[in-house]
Amino acid sequence: MTTKAPTGTAPDAVTHPVPATRGDAEHARNPGMALDLAMFEGHPVNTAAAKRRCAQIGARRSVKKDRQAAWLLNAVRLIDLTTLSGDDTPDRVRRLCAKARAPLSDRVIAGLGIDPTYARVGAVCVYPTMVGPAVRALEGTGIPVASVATGFPAGLMPLPLRLKEIEYAVDEGAEEIDIVITREHVLRGNWSALYDEVAAMRAACGEAHLKAILATGELQTLRNVYAASMIAMQAGADFVKTSTGKEPVNATLPVSLTMVRAVRDYDMATGHRVGFKPAGGLKTAKDAIQWQVLMNEELGRPWLNPDLFRFGASSMLGDVERQLEHHVTGRYADGSRNAMA
Amino acid sequence: MSGITDLITAMEYGTAPEGDTHVRAWLAAHEGGFGHFINGAFTAPADTFDVLNPATGEVLTQVSQARAGDVDTAISAARAAQAEWAARSGYERAKVLYAIARHVQQHARFLAVLETLDNGKPIRESRDADIPLVARHFYHHAGWAQIRDDEFPDQVPHGVCAAVIPWNFPLLMLAWKVAPALAAGNAVVLKPAEDTPLSALALAQIAVECGLPAGVLNIVTGDGAVGEMLVKHDGVDKVAFTGSTEVGRAIRAATAGSGKHLTLELGGKSPFVVFADADLDAAVEGVVDAIWFNQGQVCCAGSRVLVAEAVADRFETLLRRRMDRLVTGNPMDKNVDMGAIVSPRQRDRIADLIAAGDVRAEDIVQGDAPEGCFYAPTIIRNVAPASLLWEQEIFGPVATLTTFRTPEDAVALANNTRYGLAASVWSENVNLALDIAAKIKAGVIWINGANMFDAAAAFGGYRESGFGREGGREGMAAYLRAPATDTAGDDTPLSPPSVFAGGPGAGAEIDRTAKFYIGGKQARADSGYVYDVTGPSGTVGLSGLGSRKDIRNAVEAAHKAGGWSRATGHNRAQVLYYLGENLSARQDEFAARLVSFGADPVVASAEVAETIQRCFWCAAQADKFDGAVKSTLSDVLTVATHEPVGVVGVVCPTERPLLGMMSMVLPLIAMGNAVVVVPSQTHPLAATDLYQVMDTSDVPAGVVNIVTGPRDELAHALTTHDGVDGLWYVGDAAGVEMVERDSTGNLKQVWARRASGIDWSTAQGRDYLTRATQVKTIWIPYGE
Repeated sequence: MTTKAPTGTAPDAVTHPVPATRGDAEHARNPGMALDLAMFEGHPVNTAAAKRRCAQIGARRSVKKDRQAAWLLNAVRLIDLTTLSGDDTPDRVRRLCAKARAPLSDRVIAGLGIDPTYARVGAVCVYPTMVGPAVRALEGTGIPVASVATGFPAGLMPLPLRLKEIEYAVDEGAEEIDIVITREHVLRGNWSALYDEVAAMRAACGEAHLKAILATGELQTLRNVYAASMIAMQAGADFVKTSTGKEPVNATLPVSLTMVRAVRDYDMATGHRVGFKPAGGLKTAKDAIQWQVLMNEELGRPWLNPDLFRFGASSMLGDVERQLEHHVTGRYADGSRNAMA
Repeated sequence: MSGITDLITAMEYGTAPEGDTHVRAWLAAHEGGFGHFINGAFTAPADTFDVLNPATGEVLTQVSQARAGDVDTAISAARAAQAEWAARSGYERAKVLYAIARHVQQHARFLAVLETLDNGKPIRESRDADIPLVARHFYHHAGWAQIRDDEFPDQVPHGVCAAVIPWNFPLLMLAWKVAPALAAGNAVVLKPAEDTPLSALALAQIAVECGLPAGVLNIVTGDGAVGEMLVKHDGVDKVAFTGSTEVGRAIRAATAGSGKHLTLELGGKSPFVVFADADLDAAVEGVVDAIWFNQGQVCCAGSRVLVAEAVADRFETLLRRRMDRLVTGNPMDKNVDMGAIVSPRQRDRIADLIAAGDVRAEDIVQGDAPEGCFYAPTIIRNVAPASLLWEQEIFGPVATLTTFRTPEDAVALANNTRYGLAASVWSENVNLALDIAAKIKAGVIWINGANMFDAAAAFGGYRESGFGREGGREGMAAYLRAPATDTAGDDTPLSPPSVFAGGPGAGAEIDRTAKFYIGGKQARADSGYVYDVTGPSGTVGLSGLGSRKDIRNAVEAAHKAGGWSRATGHNRAQVLYYLGENLSARQDEFAARLVSFGADPVVASAEVAETIQRCFWCAAQADKFDGAVKSTLSDVLTVATHEPVGVVGVVCPTERPLLGMMSMVLPLIAMGNAVVVVPSQTHPLAATDLYQVMDTSDVPAGVVNIVTGPRDELAHALTTHDGVDGLWYVGDAAGVEMVERDSTGNLKQVWARRASGIDWSTAQGRDYLTRATQVKTIWIPYGE
C-alpha cells in the first residue's frame, strides 16, 4: 500500500431517494488527501470539557410542537435501519425492508400531511450475505442498501479478504459500505498503516460510499477518536461512524462531539464535507433530537441531510414513530399498534 | 401541518417558551405590591416603586422604598430574635435550613421563572444554575448549622448581620449571605438590589413556610440609600456586601472604626488564559461559559481573554464561529443563550464604555441582539493593557482579546489588574497549568473550565476584588468570631515622639545606635532625626524617627523578598526555629532591655520566654497550616490553598514591646508574607535589638523590615501605600478608624484592634494564621 490519495472517485454522491432540501446540500464526494500527521498528532481533546459541552447540548436547544414533528420526521430520513445479528435470515431482512419503505403508519403520514414517499429511511444496513435479499426487497424505492464489511465487527482478518468482502457486497448491490478499522493501528499509533488500509478499502468500494467505523468504545480516548477520524477522512472516507454496536460502549455524545469537530476541521482545511454516523445505543426520540442539535450547532444545517448524517439504529424508529403519532393524534401511542421492523 | 416539509427545509428551532402563569398569579395576588418582610410578616406596601421586567419593560409589581424607621424596625426585630436562634441546638437550626433547601427545590420552577422575569437572565440559567445552586447552598449550610459547635468550638455568631446584595444573581447571592449567617446563629437584615427584589420576597414566604422564627430573617427593599442606612446602623454587628468595588470602598469607609466585621465581594476583570497546547474548542466553549453566561453580568467573568500568539488566529476563528451560533432574545425562551441586560441604565453603561474604549471598527465583532434592553455578544480584538477596556469592568457580554508570547508574559498580563477575583487557565499540560494557577493572583482559578461553583468551595477575591470568602468552611468562619475579650491594654492616644528632649542617659554601657532594618541592612532615618526612648529612670536610648519615605523604602525591600513566599513550609519552619534558638541564647539581654523600659524582671523574662515559644509555635505551623481538598463536583479536584497575603504592614502595641510585635510578625512570616513593622513607639529598642538575631537566624533580606517612629503617622503611610496588601494595627480607637477608613485606596485587608482587646499572652492560634493567608481555590476537572 502507498500513502497517495485514492483515485477514480466519482464527483457526485449516489442519488438519494429523498430530494436534498437545499441546493447547497449536495456536495462533492471527499476525494481524500495524502496522510498529514500535523492535522491530528498532538491534537488535544479535553474530555471533561467535552462532557460539559454535551451536557449543555440538550439544555440549550429544544424543539416544540410542529418543529418537533419536523425534526423527528427528519430523523426518520436519517436512519440507517439496521439488523446485524447472527440469526438474520432473508425473511427477517425483508421484514426490515418493508418497514424501511413505510417507516410510519398511514395515520401518521396522513396526520402529518406528507407524501408517503417522503418518509423513508436513509438506508437499510445489513451483513454482506443479506445484501441481495435487501436489494431485491427495496427495488424501485431508491433506498440504498448499506453493508458492513471488512470482517465486521472486529476486523481481524487478512486485508485481502477484507477487500474481497467489500467487492462482494458491492457486487451484490450495496451502495454504501460500512467498514471497520483495525483498532490495533490506532492503539499502537501506526497511523500510516491505518491510512493505507482505509485508502485501500475506499478504492475497493469504487462508486459505493465508504463509512469508516472507528469502534470508539475500543479506542477509548477522545484523542484517539480524533486522530482516527482525521486519518479516515484523509484516506477518503465519505462518513465517519462511531461504533459497530458490538463494543461495550457505543455512540456517546462526547465521542460524537469529537468526531464532528474533526469533520469540521477537515472541512476547514480541505473544503471537503464528510458525513457522520453515530451508531449503537441510540434508542429514543430524544436521542434523535439531541444528536441533530449537536450536528446543527457544531456543523450547521447541511449536516442535517441524509448525505451527511445518518443514525445507525433500529429501535429508535419505533420511539420516533410513537412520538409522531402522539403529535398527530394527541394521544400517547403504544408500540403494539405500529408495525415492527 | 402541510408545512412540515418546509420546516424540515429550514430546520430551525423555533421558540420554546416557559410558562409564567403561576408566577403572574402570585404577583397579581399581591395587589398594590409588596411591603418589607420584618419580624416574620410583610408590612403594608408604602412608598412603592415599580419593578420592571427588563426584557419587555413591563411593570411586574411594586415594592416599597424603606425609610429609616423600617430599617430600625428590621434591625430591632433581628436583635430581638437573634439570641434565641443562636441558643438553639445545631440540630434545631439545621432542621429549618434543611426545610428551606427542600422548599427551594420544590418551588424551583416558580423561583426560576420569577428570577428570569425580574432579572432578564435566560430561564435555562435560572433553572439549571441559579436555583439548584441556591438549594445546594442551603443544604450545605444545614450541615454547618448542625456541626457548628463541633467544628468551630469557642466561636460565637456576630449577632445581627446586614447583607446587601447585587442584581446579577439575586436569589443565589441571598443564599450565599443568608445560609451561612443563619447556620452560624446570626439574624439577618438583607436588602436585595433595587432592580431585582422579587425572589428575595419569595424566599421570605418560603422562610415562613419552613418555620424560621420571626425576626431571624428580615428583608427591606429600596435603593442604595437603604443599603447605606443599613450598613451604617449602630445595631449591626457584621456587614456582608457583594457588588461594585466603588460601593465596597464606600462601605469600608462608612464602617471604619465601628467594630463591625466586614466582608466584601467586589468586582473583577478576570483573565482567561489560553495556551497553545489547549483544547481550543474546549476553551472557546469556556468563553461561552465565562463571558456569555448571564449576559456577562458576572463579577468573576473571564472578560480578558489572553491567547498565545501561536494559536491566536485559529482561536479567534473558532470563537467567532461559536459566537455566531449564540441566540440573544426573550429570556423566557428555552432556546435563548443570552437574555436581557438587567436594566436600560446598565445596557447604556456597557455601550458607553465600549464607545469610550476608542476601538477601531474592525476590531469589534458582534453577534445579533433584538432591540430593547439587550446587548449582543461581543468580541473586541487587540485590546492592550493601556486600554480602558482592559482596565474597567464592563459587566456585559464583552470579551476582549489580547495575545501573549510566553507563559511569563501571560502571567504578567493576567496580573496586570487591580482586581483578583478569578482566572481561567487552559492547557493540556498539567505542569504549565498548575504553575500558572500558582502565579496568578486571584481567589479562584479554574483550570480548563470557567464559572464552576459549589457551596463547599470558598469564593472570593484578592486585591480590590474584596476580602473574605463565601462557601465552605472559610465562608462559615466569616459569620463567627471569637468571644470579645477585654484586657488591661492601653488604649490612650499616644503623644508624638520627643526629639532632642535631653535628660540623663544610661551611662556605663557602650553606646548603641538603633537604625532601621530594611532589606536585611541597617538604614538611617530619611528624616535625619532620632527620638528619645525613655524608661522609668530617664532616657534609655535613641531610635530613628521614621517617615513615609522610610516606609516607602521598606515596602520596596519587602517586595523584593518574593522568594520567601515560595519557600517550603519546612524551610520557613527552620528559620523560625533558628530564630527561637538564637533568641534563647540572648534571653537575658532581651529581658534586661525590657526591664530598662520599666518592666518587672520576672515579667520581662516571661515575655522573652513566651516570645521564644511563639517562635516554636509558628515554626510548627509553617508546614501544617495547609489547605484542603473540597468535596464539590464529581471528577473535579477542588483544592483550597493557603497563600500569603503578600506585603503586610504591622503596627505594634506600645506594651509588651517584644511579645506584642512578634505575636504578629511570626505568624505572618511563617505563612510566607513579608512584613514592614512599626514597633512599639515608646519602646522600639526591643525590636531594633532583633536585627542581629534575624541576621544570624538566616531570615532572608526583606522578609522583616522595621521602621521606628510615630505610630499613627507611619500607620497612615502604610495604609495609604497601594503596594501594601494587608495591615495589622494595634493602637487606639482613632487609629483603628483611621486605618480602616484610609485602607480603601487598594482595599487592603485590615485587621485593626484597640490594644485593650488583646491579651498578648494568648495571642496565638489558627485565627492569626487565617488572617495571614488568603485562600485560593483551584478547580481541576479531570478525566480522559
